[in-house]
Amino acid sequence: MTTGLDSAALAPLPLRSRPARAAMSPIVKASAAFLLLTVLVALLADWLAPIHFTTQNLAARLRPPLSESGGMTYWLGTDQLGRDILSRLIFAIRTSILIAVLGTLIGAVFGTLLGFVAARFKGLVDQGIMMLVDAQAAIPALFLALTMLAFFGNNILLFIVLVSIDGWDRYTRLARGLVVSEQESEYINAVEALGARPVRVIMRHLLPNIVAALVVQATLNFPGTILLETSLSFLGLGVQPPGTSLGLMLGEGRRYLLNAWWIAVFPGLTIFLTTLSMSLFGDWLRDRFDPTVDRR
Amino acid sequence: MFRFLALRAGRAILTLLICVSAVFIALRLAGDPADIMLSIDTPPDVRAYYRDLWGLDQPLHQQYLRYLLSAARGDFGASFADDRPAFAAVLEALPKTALLGTSALLLALLVGLPLGVLAALRHNSVVDRLAMASAVFGYAIPIFFLGILLILLFALKLRILPSAGSDTPAHLILPMVTLGLPLAGRLARFARTSTLEVLGKPFIRAARGRGVMPLSVIIRHALPNASVPLLMFLGIEIGGILAGSAVVETIFAWPGVGRLLVDSVATRDLAVVQAVILTITVIMISANLLVDILHILIDPRLGGFRQAGGARA
Repeated sequence: MTTGLDSAALAPLPLRSRPARAAMSPIVKASAAFLLLTVLVALLADWLAPIHFTTQNLAARLRPPLSESGGMTYWLGTDQLGRDILSRLIFAIRTSILIAVLGTLIGAVFGTLLGFVAARFKGLVDQGIMMLVDAQAAIPALFLALTMLAFFGNNILLFIVLVSIDGWDRYTRLARGLVVSEQESEYINAVEALGARPVRVIMRHLLPNIVAALVVQATLNFPGTILLETSLSFLGLGVQPPGTSLGLMLGEGRRYLLNAWWIAVFPGLTIFLTTLSMSLFGDWLRDRFDPTVDRR
Repeated sequence: MFRFLALRAGRAILTLLICVSAVFIALRLAGDPADIMLSIDTPPDVRAYYRDLWGLDQPLHQQYLRYLLSAARGDFGASFADDRPAFAAVLEALPKTALLGTSALLLALLVGLPLGVLAALRHNSVVDRLAMASAVFGYAIPIFFLGILLILLFALKLRILPSAGSDTPAHLILPMVTLGLPLAGRLARFARTSTLEVLGKPFIRAARGRGVMPLSVIIRHALPNASVPLLMFLGIEIGGILAGSAVVETIFAWPGVGRLLVDSVATRDLAVVQAVILTITVIMISANLLVDILHILIDPRLGGFRQAGGARA
């Protein structure tokens, strides 16, 4: 009996599939391809980068794209210390993607858990959590992150946690709303009547039913998370040298705009294309999989 | 309605209290305030003076009360950088940010609103596609990258606009466009959706059926009804404008609150950081309260219905 309920709960998507919406437009396909490429670059950075991203060649400083020096082609040029922009870009993609993914995961898990707690315990706990959500909504994530960096100083772990600030309140709101509405449904009443404990109800019955909506929310949040990381690094308050990130590269390149536009433009373009692809892909994902949104 | 307003105002104050308390807690978690707030070369007697001023020898709950009181007076201590009260630095920078923010908002309204309404009226036309494309652009372009591209083009290549400072009106143009353009794109998308929604309503079809001129239908009937969602949009975007101003002000050396925050975070000038963050919080909370009040004034039906926890994702 329970297995029957479980498998139905675990596979709600095929039942609701909408063939008309399933088709990917060429733009969505291109976005997905670009995202896949970014992930591959992040994973394979060590093999893809022509040389290490900190290797300097002071004889070849500020060289434009496609220039050659010492038997090596600098496809995207070099920076003020003669470091290969392509190699730096590849490692910057790895850093930025890794931080954004970790930040998204932490925010999603923490936010969803709080939403569950708020929905299950109701009363004062619920009020308290929703008050925190409102307080979070009152301060832009960038300002909160900046303040915490000022108080606690910069270190990479804190930075990842700070990046997760962008959006945890949305997961809480979403999870709480979904659980509150699902709790009233008959299948939850049924499993509860069968004696299932709250944790089991949440993990085996509620979560599978709202996971699609949460994944869609995570996808839609991801560009904001990337932008938060890159903004902070751009301002010189995020990832610190000798590390590299897309925002840090852009921030460093800002000083050499007049002579060497390529230092800033390539990482900027990469950030733009990543957030653009993620938004387009996220929109498609929402239309395709999320039964809870009102679409127009 | 008055009960609702009182409730809403009470919640606003409570939210503010939570934010102030969070800053207090974070500050104490970060270490001894005398160590992190004062520079290393502070003479011992000055240090003792501040320890006494902040009540650091007293129990925590008294420190907390003292902190609340001084925060309410706008007293956050002196800035490292120039030794003047931190709040004075914020007050000096605030008009610059207000100027930048409102002009960016105006630009967004002037560009985004007509574009969005036009897109809805010419549904599925070229204008519509253009509006939607600009909206996607508005959501995805990193504001600092847009700023750098504009500097590259207008300040360095064409040399027609200044890229740093705030001395002349010309200095406002690039920061305003950087902050306002993505907002215009998002606004266009939003205006399009709300106009499309309103245009489908029976009273619009009725007005059209009565032979009311199309333009008059839009101005007299559609726009007033689309103003509520527009107001909500602005309420949501205030935070975005403020956050964007931190980045834009830093890029264009615009001496506003955002740049003040970034600079004081970099030097860990904590008195200024607190003054800025709490000022921004007050602005955000008052703006949201104002949006809610305007909302009921425009649409009195909502007064009785909206419950605590109101704004939905």
